[in-house]
Amino acid sequence: MTHLLEINNLDVKFDTDEGRITAIDNVSLTLDQGKVLGIVGESGSGKSVTAKSIMQLNPGNTIYNDNAEIIIDDENVLKFTSKNDLKKIRGGKVSMIFQEPMASFAPAIKIGSQMVEQLMIHKPLDKNEAKNISIDMLNRVGIADAEKRFNQYAFELSGGMRQRAMIAMALSTMPKLLLADEPTTALDVTIQAQVINLMKDIIKEYNMGVIFITHDLGVIAQVADDVAVMYLGSVVEQGPVNEILKNPMHPYTKGLINALPDINNLDAPLTPIPGNIPSPLDRPSGCVFRTRCPHASKEGKEANIDMGLVEIKPGHWLDKCGVDCGKV
Amino acid sequence: MWCRLWESMSENIVSVNNLSVSFDYQENFLSKKQKIKAVNNINIKIKKGSFFGLVGESGSGKTTLGRAILGANKISNGNVIFHDDERDFDLTSINSKEMKEYRKKAQLIFQDPYAALSPRMTVRDIIAEPLEVMKITNSREETDERVRDIASKCRLNLEHLRRFPHAFSGGQRQRISIARALVSNPKFIVADESVAALDVSIQADILNLLKQLQNELNLTYLFISHDLSVVAHVCDIVAVMYLGHIVEMAPSRELFSNPRHPYTKALLSSIPSIDPENKSRAIELEGEIPSAMNPPSGCVFRTRCPHASKDGKEANIEMGLVEVSPEHWVDRCGVNCA
Ligand SMILES: Nc1ncnc2c1ncn2[C@@H]1O[C@H](COP(=O)(O)OP(=O)(O)OP(=O)(O)O)[C@@H](O)[C@H]1O
Ligand SMILES: Nc1ncnc2c1ncn2[C@@H]1O[C@H](COP(=O)(O)OP(=O)(O)O)[C@@H](O)[C@H]1O
Ligand code: SF4
Ligand code: SF4
Ligand SMILES: [Mg+2]
Ligand SMILES: [Mg+2]
Repeated sequence: MTHLLEINNLDVKFDTDEGRITAIDNVSLTLDQGKVLGIVGESGSGKSVTAKSIMQLNPGNTIYNDNAEIIIDDENVLKFTSKNDLKKIRGGKVSMIFQEPMASFAPAIKIGSQMVEQLMIHKPLDKNEAKNISIDMLNRVGIADAEKRFNQYAFELSGGMRQRAMIAMALSTMPKLLLADEPTTALDVTIQAQVINLMKDIIKEYNMGVIFITHDLGVIAQVADDVAVMYLGSVVEQGPVNEILKNPMHPYTKGLINALPDINNLDAPLTPIPGNIPSPLDRPSGCVFRTRCPHASKEGKEANIDMGLVEIKPGHWLDKCGVDCGKV
Repeated sequence: MWCRLWESMSENIVSVNNLSVSFDYQENFLSKKQKIKAVNNINIKIKKGSFFGLVGESGSGKTTLGRAILGANKISNGNVIFHDDERDFDLTSINSKEMKEYRKKAQLIFQDPYAALSPRMTVRDIIAEPLEVMKITNSREETDERVRDIASKCRLNLEHLRRFPHAFSGGQRQRISIARALVSNPKFIVADESVAALDVSIQADILNLLKQLQNELNLTYLFISHDLSVVAHVCDIVAVMYLGHIVEMAPSRELFSNPRHPYTKALLSSIPSIDPENKSRAIELEGEIPSAMNPPSGCVFRTRCPHASKDGKEANIEMGLVEVSPEHWVDRCGVNCA
């Protein structure tokens, strides 16, 4: 079976004044139609850079490796250079929604005009048809008075409504793949609950594939089918969400779960992961997590191991280092 | 002895009585001046040594209440009293000399000190600044000693005192801002969203540090947060705010195991469970929080409440907390309609 999205051996580096940063190191992921892949990890772990790579939205100082592939419909989008090719992904087959909806809307253009314009770029529609689809979409995401909102500017809407409008715009072109980067992080919990319920319904209805990025394991547990745990640019553990959250094997995944205040278990102590995330400028060699791992060996053999995911039981992938040290 | 201990534990450090705080608001210079009631007729008592939690969504009035207790917001109605060992401070009628004294006793932990401070200050100077502004110490040596002392209590590396802030991680930055708040040896701390910007592993570390410092230094906290899971873990008593009102208040475990007000119930059900098999959908509230400029009459929650009556009788009720079981207070409306 071919996958909706296949990322193979992706490295992403950035050239900065302080040197060359490794933001993503050898990441491979697949996503099938109708599925939600959650990506979780602390800030700086490379979640956003991964998503932006798929849309080629990383800035000019970005360096991809030659053998990296991001395959959608048998084409490697990393090889796209022409405007026409890029148009196929950006807002075409792929749509992205962001943490800050203001980033998606131009401040001085009415929401409706932006939706119509985007639709007409990607679909053979006339203005009226595009308008009808847009208003219908605004209705679908639960915006009351959609016709009135169509003629308003983004800043005139409340935070929750803006998020809905952005989802409506992202979905109006019927993308096959939706990239959602912390779409609920800036929202109050009752509004987050509305948006999560809305997204679940829409994902089911349109049968699209979704990459859902968040640092919140609770959100992941509620929306994702599979989850990839990222640390410092590497995926250290991956598999069905139930399996990973209930049987975490990698010391980092376990650390994340133990640090989380669980409302259903108030007696559990909050256990921080010791130390700080190293700067991507001096990324540890070997196992990236070794500088903070409570199980790192005394002789420091982790500095020399080769990382890479291994399937330890059906569907459950664990970093090779974790397998070595998996006796922990 | 036992009796004395009990007495000191049940003593209040802060009493807030019928407190309201309003702001004047003018959309532009042509439009009419309006009043926003950010905090509306609030009554709370904060016990000495407690970790008092204040939760609620954006705009509910948490920061305004915290600032009013610190004397940083004008009190429109009611009063706030701070009970020090020797004397009381009445924030309603405090003069500037007393205010100087009060600032040493009650402090705010900034969410991020570098948002407010010059990047050209060293960590040492950032922590020392309150001592210098309040003229607490008499010599540079004394200042340095107090800075070093509190820095090590906050588990900061003393080597770092000479450095500039930009190079520090979020967790280290938060420790610096805690040290700065504690250097004047206060008794009462308002921590406003102090862990909101941190990753979970660092958040756990800072929460543990706050707890540890509380025991070590006999602190009382007003801990403001929008994150109920965090509040449930660290606070011993919690008040839930909505549109300027406290709608429910109870010891933490009681509140989280036995919520009574429809808003508290909705908030709790909105927390996404970390158990993938627990797919219970949140109680979905209609719409968004109404504007504080134009709050609903009667029960402020009625426009979103799943239990609001059809005949709209909530528009005419008067809000106010009622004690439904020992120390568990619920808005009168919630009691009526439950
Ligand atoms: N100086 C001010 N002038 C006018 N209105 C204000 C002022 N400060 C606060 N408000 C208003 O008072 C209400 C309560 O605000 P407050 O900052 O206390 O909320 P909060 O609960 O701390 O919210 P958040 O979770 O977003 O920090 C809001 O409607 C806010 O817009
Ligand atoms: N344009 C850029 N130039 C230099 N470094 C970048 C750039 N974009 C991201 N990075 C770095 O790449 C790493 C991963 O970032 P990101 O994907 O944004 O993390 P997150 O998991 O929080 O979304 C971080 O160290 C970040 O600072
Ligand atoms: S390889 Fe060693 S240091 Fe790395 S995660 Fe496994 S146990 Fe920890
Ligand atoms: S008074 Fe009515 S509307 Fe208000 S909280 Fe109670 S049940 Fe809901
Ligand atoms: Mg990001
Ligand atoms: Mg606030």
